[in-house]
Amino acid sequence: MAFLSKQNKEALVEPLNRNNPIVAQVLGICSALAVTAQLKPAIVMGLSVTVITAMANVVISLLRNTIPNRIRIIVQLVVVAALVTIVSMVLKAFLYDVSVQLSVYVGLIITNCILMGRLEAFAMQQKVLPSLLDGIGNGLGYAWILVVVAFFRELLGNGTLLGYTVIPQGAYDLGYMNNGMMTMPAMALIIVGCVIWANCAFNNRKNKP
Amino acid sequence: MEHFISLFVRSIFVDNMIFAFFLGMCSYLAVSKSVKTAFGLGIAVTFVLLVTVPVDWLLQTKVLSEDGLLGIDLSYLSFILFIAVIAGIVQLVEMLVERFSPSLYAALGIFLPLIAVNCAIMGASLFMQQRINLDPANTQFIGGFSDCIAYALGSGIGWMLAIVSLAAIREKMAYTDVPQNLRGLGITFITVGLMAMAFMCFSGMKI
Repeated sequence: MAFLSKQNKEALVEPLNRNNPIVAQVLGICSALAVTAQLKPAIVMGLSVTVITAMANVVISLLRNTIPNRIRIIVQLVVVAALVTIVSMVLKAFLYDVSVQLSVYVGLIITNCILMGRLEAFAMQQKVLPSLLDGIGNGLGYAWILVVVAFFRELLGNGTLLGYTVIPQGAYDLGYMNNGMMTMPAMALIIVGCVIWANCAFNNRKNKP
Repeated sequence: MEHFISLFVRSIFVDNMIFAFFLGMCSYLAVSKSVKTAFGLGIAVTFVLLVTVPVDWLLQTKVLSEDGLLGIDLSYLSFILFIAVIAGIVQLVEMLVERFSPSLYAALGIFLPLIAVNCAIMGASLFMQQRINLDPANTQFIGGFSDCIAYALGSGIGWMLAIVSLAAIREKMAYTDVPQNLRGLGITFITVGLMAMAFMCFSGMKI
């Protein structure tokens, strides 16, 4: 009756690294690329997705025995859409500037493949507590990749982190320049490519004897 | 009169769904292994866009907005309503494809029902909702029904162009010597990044 039995712990920790939704399963790429030009929207987006994945997993897991199999996709979509509407309203009320920056990508959490993937593959079969942990795990697995990508893009593109300047003025005097290319969409793709490369190399080395 | 033509061209090249907004990435990466399937999916996505965006436009302007039929501002319901419309229409397209082209149906497999959760479709509807409120002088403004159709068709063709060209590159890339850890997904991302850079040269264009 331990809160974190071995299975539950696996549901929480697996998606952070080995089974990461972005790097390993290639789900939810769209928003991962679009919101990472700066660190702050990336963090907000990561947290919103974590909350929505966890809540949707819980709701679907509670309803799993009553949902008719044929219309399950529509039921899942409606549950997710309702949760996203709530989150979008909360963001508009308390973090208006970030919600303007995120623009349509908050609404696009509905079609984020991570959600549908987890609901189909996990919450439809499992009890409530493992589903909650699985949702949190996958959300955080998504969030940390977002934060890593956004960290590099904001640091190299604008020389700032969370809006504060971190590159000292002396470096600019010596001829250092911000790479404006980093804030463009194209570089987001290339950075995610490199993150996948690094992750792949890391996992392959660990698996070798 | 000319506005919808410029909107059409812009949404293919400048505001390309993939290269400017990263919409519909999941199926874009997964189905771009052969040109033929990619082309089929491109057609399906274009068709679904062409139906859903105008329907969502009608719902948004005639039902949900304050001067619509009901007279109250219901725009907070738009997420739920849009996704329901999309899911319904995708179901319809699935049945039509199964009836008229079983080979395409078999080739698309799981990705046909997944168009319902393709961000490109939902994204186009949400962008349309945003662009209605823009200043009419803005190049992205969507004013009437014709603008809406031009936008939907342009976005669909832009998406198709992107997926077919990536599939063509990947078919050739099968013969190249890629570093081992970069194989598969990693190199695909970098290829798309380079393609996006190429598409950036359209962004200064005035139409």
